[in-house]
Amino acid sequence: MSQGADKEYEQLRVSGLHAFYGESHILHGIDMVVHRGELVTLLGRNGAGRSTTLKAIMNMVGRRTGSIMINGNETMTCQPHHIARLGVGYCPEHRGIFSALNVQENLTLPPVVRSGGMSLEEIYSMFPNLYERRFSQGTKLSGGEQQMLAMARILRTGANMLLLDEITEGLAPVIVEKLGEVLVKLKNKGLTIVLVEQNFHFAAPLADRHYVMEHGQIVEEISADELEAKQSVLDSYLGV
Amino acid sequence: MSMILGVPVAVLFGQLLLGIINGAFYALLSLGLAVIFGLLKIINFAHGAMYMLGAMVTVIMFDAMGINYWVALFLAPLVVGCFGVLLEYFLLRRIAGQDHIYSLLLTFGVALMIQGILTNIFGVSGMRYSMPDIFQGGFKLDFMFLPYYRAWVIFMALLVCFGTWFMIEKTKLGSYLRAGTEDAQLMQGFGINVPLLISLTYGFGVMIAAFAGVLAAPIYSVTPVMGSNILIVVFAVVVIGGMGSIAGAIITGLLMGVIEGFTKVFYPEFASAVIFLVMVVVLLIRPSGLFGKEA
Repeated sequence: MSQGADKEYEQLRVSGLHAFYGESHILHGIDMVVHRGELVTLLGRNGAGRSTTLKAIMNMVGRRTGSIMINGNETMTCQPHHIARLGVGYCPEHRGIFSALNVQENLTLPPVVRSGGMSLEEIYSMFPNLYERRFSQGTKLSGGEQQMLAMARILRTGANMLLLDEITEGLAPVIVEKLGEVLVKLKNKGLTIVLVEQNFHFAAPLADRHYVMEHGQIVEEISADELEAKQSVLDSYLGV
Repeated sequence: MSMILGVPVAVLFGQLLLGIINGAFYALLSLGLAVIFGLLKIINFAHGAMYMLGAMVTVIMFDAMGINYWVALFLAPLVVGCFGVLLEYFLLRRIAGQDHIYSLLLTFGVALMIQGILTNIFGVSGMRYSMPDIFQGGFKLDFMFLPYYRAWVIFMALLVCFGTWFMIEKTKLGSYLRAGTEDAQLMQGFGINVPLLISLTYGFGVMIAAFAGVLAAPIYSVTPVMGSNILIVVFAVVVIGGMGSIAGAIITGLLMGVIEGFTKVFYPEFASAVIFLVMVVVLLIRPSGLFGKEA
């Protein structure tokens, strides 16, 4: 199912999104749009609200106000388990590998939500390590393998929009490179990807656009071709 | 007659058998508690009441409608299980995610209410329930007499324990339960209807308790307080086995029944305390329980 980027189709539109954990007000009016087939990053320092943005889209935060449209459907009143059914695959920052399940059980845990997902064979050929260790306890894998598993798990479901939270964090450069190759393949398949990333050098060559976040707000939107011109602005936000 | 350690063999095996029977009930009840605690993180103090309801419903259905034992074996757990689902949906769900103490107090209160209402209606003297005729008699073994019904109880208890273990450890549905125990929110993020899974899990745990109640009806005294008597022992079993471990609950349940049985032979006065002594020792040496994961 190779479908080129359809720059007209709004897969995700977030408007005026506020999110709260108890008394703390984390997101202060996020506006962002992601088109089908785009790879968009959320950049920013720790605590800027990038992970919370993804969680808010998944309805995993305490309280939200504003609007989140997925494929043109308002999802603010959706229960969390209905969000995935709209074709959203979420890979959490802590990877969320289940220790009570072996690799294969972890891999087949998320229900298929749309047709067109990858088969187990395709996944194992993309990640041969997972095949070799398919009967190992999920959390006995190395950090890199666990990250592959967390990614592979949502590719099987047929989700066509992936929300990936800090997938390169703490991994060896060779694994990061492999993850980059995987993302390119997924993008070529036409998947929409929202990437929360700390590692700018990993994200820069892959992404179509970048949103820069600070204090729970989006402070800058930079497209791939503006990147060079706005490098100094970006540096000041990221503090590199 | 042959003797072991100064005790007649028949007495020894007789107590061993009683111990295994009691252990089978401990295993069934602590199994349900472990299943419920695993996913809901609720210490279900209403569990004894559900066991009692299973037995009471069996007797009441027989007296009022002539519904026999074999039908009750399916119907009573189903009725009580549905009651459990409603309890979860209307009460427990409202306090999900709060401190353990709230669900503990709520389920305890529910148990007291059920027990109180039934005591008002039926009193606390035991209700008669005779076992089906097919269970009259028993196996005459060299060293002891094994009544058919006791053998049936042990067989059914082991079957349900094994079935539950298999379902949780080896099936797809079981993988949902195991994963939900670790991170229910992420499961829901994958598109799994976790609230429904939680209701059904609570209903299932309650069903096992009610099933134990049906098994108990012909051999134990059926009264509205039968549940509160056994519940305290079952909690000790769960603490010894380790909260949330399925296999641990089953093995510990049987083991504690046997230990209790042997204590009755050698030092009867101590029999009702021995399980609590084991609990104290286990808590001192291995606070997370024999089969629990080290925190």
